[in-house]
Amino acid sequence: MRAAIAVAEADPSLKVALISKVYPMRSHTVAAEGGAAGVKKPTDSLEYHFHDTVGGGDWLCEQDVVEYFVSQAPVELTQLEHWGCPWSRTADGHVNVRAFGGMKIERTWFAADKSGFHILHTLFQTSMKYPSIKRFDEHFCVDLLAEDGRCQGAVVIEMGTGEFTMIEARSVIIATGGAGRVFRESTLGGIVTGDGMAMAYRHGVALRDMEFVQYHPTCMPVTGLLFTEACRGEGGYLVNKDGYRYLQDYGLGPLQDKPKNKYMELGPRDRLSQAFFFEQQKGRTIQHPTLGAVVHLDLRHLGEAYLHERLPLIYEMAETFMGLDPAKDPIPVRPAVHYTMGGIRVDGRCAASLKGLYAAGECASVGIHGANRLGSNSLTELLVFGKVAGVEAARNAKSSSAGNSASLLKQAQAVEQRVMSLKTKPGGSEKISVLRKEMVQSMEEGCGIFRVEKTMRATCEKLSELRERFKNINIEDKTSVWNTDWLTAIELDYQLDVAQTMAHSAINRKESRGAHQRLDGFEQRDDVNFLKHSEAYYVAGGIPRIAYGDVKITKSQPAARVYGAAGEKADQERKGSHV
Amino acid sequence: MSDTKKIIEIEVLRYQPESDTEPHLEVYKVPFSDDMSVLQGVQYIKDNFDGSLTFRWSCRMAICGSCGMMINGIPKLSCETFLRDYYPNRVRVEAMAHFPIEKDLVVDLSGFIGKLESIQPYIIPREARSLEQGEYIQSPEQFNAYIQFTSCINCTLCYAACPQFGLNPDFIGPAAIALLHRYNMDSRDGAAEQRMELVASEEGVFNCSAVGYCSEVCPKHVDPANAVNINKTNAAKDYFLRFLSPKGGSK
Ligand SMILES: Cc1cc2nc3c(=O)[nH]c(=O)nc-3n(C[C@H](O)[C@H](O)[C@H](O)COP(=O)(O)OP(=O)(O)OC[C@H]3O[C@@H](n4cnc5c(N)ncnc54)[C@H](O)[C@@H]3O)c2cc1C
Ligand code: SF4
Ligand code: FES
Repeated sequence: MRAAIAVAEADPSLKVALISKVYPMRSHTVAAEGGAAGVKKPTDSLEYHFHDTVGGGDWLCEQDVVEYFVSQAPVELTQLEHWGCPWSRTADGHVNVRAFGGMKIERTWFAADKSGFHILHTLFQTSMKYPSIKRFDEHFCVDLLAEDGRCQGAVVIEMGTGEFTMIEARSVIIATGGAGRVFRESTLGGIVTGDGMAMAYRHGVALRDMEFVQYHPTCMPVTGLLFTEACRGEGGYLVNKDGYRYLQDYGLGPLQDKPKNKYMELGPRDRLSQAFFFEQQKGRTIQHPTLGAVVHLDLRHLGEAYLHERLPLIYEMAETFMGLDPAKDPIPVRPAVHYTMGGIRVDGRCAASLKGLYAAGECASVGIHGANRLGSNSLTELLVFGKVAGVEAARNAKSSSAGNSASLLKQAQAVEQRVMSLKTKPGGSEKISVLRKEMVQSMEEGCGIFRVEKTMRATCEKLSELRERFKNINIEDKTSVWNTDWLTAIELDYQLDVAQTMAHSAINRKESRGAHQRLDGFEQRDDVNFLKHSEAYYVAGGIPRIAYGDVKITKSQPAARVYGAAGEKADQERKGSHV
Repeated sequence: MSDTKKIIEIEVLRYQPESDTEPHLEVYKVPFSDDMSVLQGVQYIKDNFDGSLTFRWSCRMAICGSCGMMINGIPKLSCETFLRDYYPNRVRVEAMAHFPIEKDLVVDLSGFIGKLESIQPYIIPREARSLEQGEYIQSPEQFNAYIQFTSCINCTLCYAACPQFGLNPDFIGPAAIALLHRYNMDSRDGAAEQRMELVASEEGVFNCSAVGYCSEVCPKHVDPANAVNINKTNAAKDYFLRFLSPKGGSK
């Protein structure tokens, strides 16, 4: 939506089709709680935000892109304020910022703990101001149209009728979000199935750094629903079965009186999720009778009033979903899948290798997250790069000619036939829900917080098997109106592609970096061989081909990634060497 | 995992437009555990008994606003309503009242979306401000004047609760009026007058018969009834002032 607005503002004569398989205000951005990062305080600097991001990403970031990102972040967040976003404020009426994991200084703009909700609704409502934006709500995109090496449109299904429509376009922007639903326990909505990634991939565009999948350390067991990092930013503790703040044993200490950035609970997510795994190995997690192994997120010392003011949604969720009062009881939590760092490979201006195709948001790999995203960088990413994608797409549309409608239509008809045949072909026997269950189970086993060759190999094989079995699916619902049975089958098809890129990229990365951690002899980071982006290319009927691309390094040379007291020391030394 | 020995009966209002002439109820026996929501119950039916069962959902955490249904006759978000609260009785799940049914539990929301669009739900600045000038300043009082009305998730439960909307589908209704009020009360906005015309129009606040059920069912404590009420007073005042000054204008 940020991109659509950018196009409408760049040139109101350009027609924009805004397509979404749900009403846009239902997009999963709605669930983001914590906030969006952008330098705000006088004591902060763009330089600090840059270093936190690049270090947090374990040096797998495109540093020139990060530099642009941090410089535009405050501008875009202010723009959103002008559009009405109710950012939380200080007593003197200015926008307030809070602490977030891995960020050295408070720079996360927040709207209570409903930041994503407010960003999304502000953009949705603001988009209604522009007559050139025509929405296709509850339209499901099934494929892109490409001809003469240019992306020239898309094919969509109107979900309410099952009718196909071809949309011709001189520029196409994909902003379909992440793909974490290929895993079992996740913080994600049912719509987060990686469709856009798979569509671009099948048109020959590389999916970059797909092995990097972020686990969020504090989620509700079983459902995976998230307790925002802001719980820790506001001073929550993580304790094991002995009531001990175990993070001090994992290079994040020593204990502080107050929450301190980059220390303890405010360390980066990958480290916190990994610490959980080791605690579990040591038998120091709590064995909950129905929820399995958990640790406790303890907010009790913050007091009821403060919790209601700063974390109202969390309060409500704990009460409704778990039947407990966070002012009186600690909350059982464990890690769950949360974010896909990788995505459609695009350059710093959001352009993919297929001309006319752009991507922004979680589906894209523009290069700011590297091997591990810092919380609150991605909401800002939507705004900064949504705008870039819109501006570039508008520029491209004005400078290119319309395509050949007749041959595009032919292509669109072929797409329609392929997609319809999923539903109409006789004699299938595989159930979608069964295939999906096997996929998510296998991804969790093979591509979890820690990875070893043997289980990754098993996952790769399982996925190939599922690809085969998918050919034999049976869709029970044969109707046209609102056929979600059929649409989920199309999603599963995409998910299998995306899962394959993740598993194969993972098994090929023989090192440990950021969110990709191995326990089978590759425990260290290996900058000699793997300071590289992985790129997965589609191979029809086969497994993805994995290639490697260079990382753009400008001013931050790879160093040890350290937090807590050790991190502070390293910062001092870096500063020392600069002057 | 939790024990799944218990079985609850879920009665679902089914309607397949391509084969059914009218909606009918069907009963399914669903094994459940205490942490299972009604939404998970219907998902279980779809995955295990009938893949054609259709309903909207996404976030599972009561924030996307997709999963509204009538549950034992009361409009609720199915993802935050739990089966344990109905067991051992049967629970009945139906499409949201007052909206045309498209299929099973999916209703036609295009009218509602049109209403949102009609109220100009965006800041029309009172005073232009450039990005270089930074954010607008809002005092805590100014902030508190509208913040409550920003929490609407567009779940439309309040419409399913509103008897007047049931009688007159053109009534712009609780959530849209609450959103209108949200922008009118925002110190950054200067278009309240424009929006007041709609408030006082035939589709506007005077449709409301002050039942207040909308606020009761609202899962986000938006209190749309309050927004409607305030605007009734404003519209009446507006009308009165217009009457006094032939040039029109409310201030
Ligand atoms: C619980 C949670 C909390 C988070 N908290 C934070 C936070 O505090 N700070 C932060 O920076 N980040 C946070 N994140 C991450 C951040 O919210 C996401 O990365 C971001 O919102 C993704 O936005 P997006 O626009 O790329 O995708 P989405 O918001 O998921 O939107 C994707 C859109 O594409 C549409 N779409 C997808 N496929 C198709 C198709 N085939 N046809 C048609 N339309 C399609 C969808 O309908 C949807 O409208 C959080 C994430 C979660 C899950
Ligand atoms: S006002 Fe409340 S009930 Fe009505 S749509 Fe908004 S959140 Fe739902
Ligand atoms: S699934 Fe999103 S509100 Fe219930």
